Amino acid sequence: MTEARLKADGIRLGYGERVVVDDLDLDVLDGSVTVIIGPNGCGKSTLLRALGRLLRPREGAVLLDGKRIDKLATREVAKVVGLLPQAPSAPEGLTVADLVSRGRHPHQSWYRQWSAADEEAVTRALSLTGMAVHAERIVDELSGGQRQRAWISMTLAQDTSLLLLDEPITHLDLAHQIDVLDLVHRLHTERGTTVVMVLHDLNLAARYADTLVAMREGRIVARGEPGDVLSEQLLSEVFDLDAKVLPDPVAGTPLVVPISAHLRPEPS
Amino acid sequence: MGVTLAARPATVRDGSGRRRLRVRRLVALFALLLALLAAVTLSIVYGARSIPFHAVWQALANPAGGEADIIVRSLRGPRTLVGVLVGLALGAGGALMQGHTRNPIADPGLLGVNQGAAFAIVLAVVVFGVHSLYGFIWFGFAGALLAAVVVFLLGAVGGRGATPVTLALAGAAVSALLYGLISAIVLGNRQGMEIYRFWHVGSIAGRDFAVAGQIAPFLLVGLVLAVANTPGLNTLALGTDVATSLGQNIRRTRIVGVLAITLLVGTAVSACGPIAFLGLIVPHLARAITGPDYRWLVPFAALLGAILLLVADVAGRLVSGDRLEVGIMLALVGAPVFIHLVRRRGLVRI
Repeated sequence: MTEARLKADGIRLGYGERVVVDDLDLDVLDGSVTVIIGPNGCGKSTLLRALGRLLRPREGAVLLDGKRIDKLATREVAKVVGLLPQAPSAPEGLTVADLVSRGRHPHQSWYRQWSAADEEAVTRALSLTGMAVHAERIVDELSGGQRQRAWISMTLAQDTSLLLLDEPITHLDLAHQIDVLDLVHRLHTERGTTVVMVLHDLNLAARYADTLVAMREGRIVARGEPGDVLSEQLLSEVFDLDAKVLPDPVAGTPLVVPISAHLRPEPS
Repeated sequence: MGVTLAARPATVRDGSGRRRLRVRRLVALFALLLALLAAVTLSIVYGARSIPFHAVWQALANPAGGEADIIVRSLRGPRTLVGVLVGLALGAGGALMQGHTRNPIADPGLLGVNQGAAFAIVLAVVVFGVHSLYGFIWFGFAGALLAAVVVFLLGAVGGRGATPVTLALAGAAVSALLYGLISAIVLGNRQGMEIYRFWHVGSIAGRDFAVAGQIAPFLLVGLVLAVANTPGLNTLALGTDVATSLGQNIRRTRIVGVLAITLLVGTAVSACGPIAFLGLIVPHLARAITGPDYRWLVPFAALLGAILLLVADVAGRLVSGDRLEVGIMLALVGAPVFIHLVRRRGLVRI
């Protein structure tokens, strides 16, 4: 866990006039799960987009295997890095099998169409996510959790060793959230996939991350193992949140218990 | 019309569903080719005067210079060929346009191609005194191309590249400007007005084999580019972020798409005027058969475009003795069909 295939090196990111992230460095350790947390608008999704070369840095560079990711052929990058954006939408009438097949796009070309390797990757991706039984169903008709698993299957069919997930569990109920994160955990342990994801739920972030990255206003405030990063002081610094941090009785990782205004002790 | 959606039983994935779909698409493709053949036959046989099959055959195989021979070889034959070419072009162009804009009511004229061609043709007549159809076509084509380039450049202003929305806005603005200029010119010029009116209706009548030969190379290149563009469109249909993640070069895909649309629609509109509705409806009919896979959708839309155009043209000849041009027939029949489709299925999200 010392090598980092994917790195951000002094990147500045922004949209139009607005600078969202400035002078940020990040090494994504190989074979680990990195979870980025931070308040709304702190630039965590923007950072993830830059790592997935959806956004080009104004300054600095994102490096993949030591080379600038924006100088590499996008198709070659797509064989190494997969990215699932927030709330993707599929065209009407698309079946799960078709959606997942499109994950094979970077491995195909006009002279090399559908191959046995493609078929195998799609079948494997569908069975990993437990979506094989739904393969012939229409994506629109799936439940939210199934739909998210279908999209994850697509990125799995892409067969990349790095996977970037932007809020993969938003809009899912708690059971489905655990479902999706357990799947991510399995990918990481069974296939050695390197995962970077943005999560809002701090307790789940602490439970599933090897490395937590806490951001505020476009800067990394803290990074490290969840137990070291997630403290009461950090929560107040990063989120302006008054909370207690206890050990999670199930996982042993930090558990954040927020203190609501009406439950705060009266100042005497 | 036999509109069925893709089969959707919740079966275990064993490849059987995909195989079934493939078989269904191949059967449908074969049926469409037969239908096209039938439409071509109708278009040659029926008209103000119908010509029996044996006479058609004789006219094609062994002409003797009789009246039937002349009608088949110099009127209905070329008219049919132009109809097939233009129908293929508008069908494929419409499917590409809807795919690139992810907008189910996008019309192939959205890039300003129609008004660009119209403006150049009016200029050709009024300023350069061009009066032959062959001459118009070059002007129309240049105008369509120029309008599309301007729209694409305007749409790309602002740094983040041409998006479907900026393209549509730029297309609407350029079209409105050109339309104003056309009106200003033809209102003061009787001859320009006549020719503009004649061209603007949309018709495949009176085009000979020379016209077909003039437009065919452009349309063939356009069709090849369109087919080459379809795997890219399949990724774009998942959103530009997913498409980029899948290694698709978005800019190149868009440029190839715009080029294909311009070649197809620009050539068709220059030769036959803006034939309304065809490029809008046909992709919806094709999608109902093939589902959202553009590798199938685009060829199906092209075939359906040719079939529908010929059928509408023949219907116009039979109903009105060739006074209702195909552009009018398609609008008369197409509008109710489109409304029916939208009411029954809702507009698809693409």
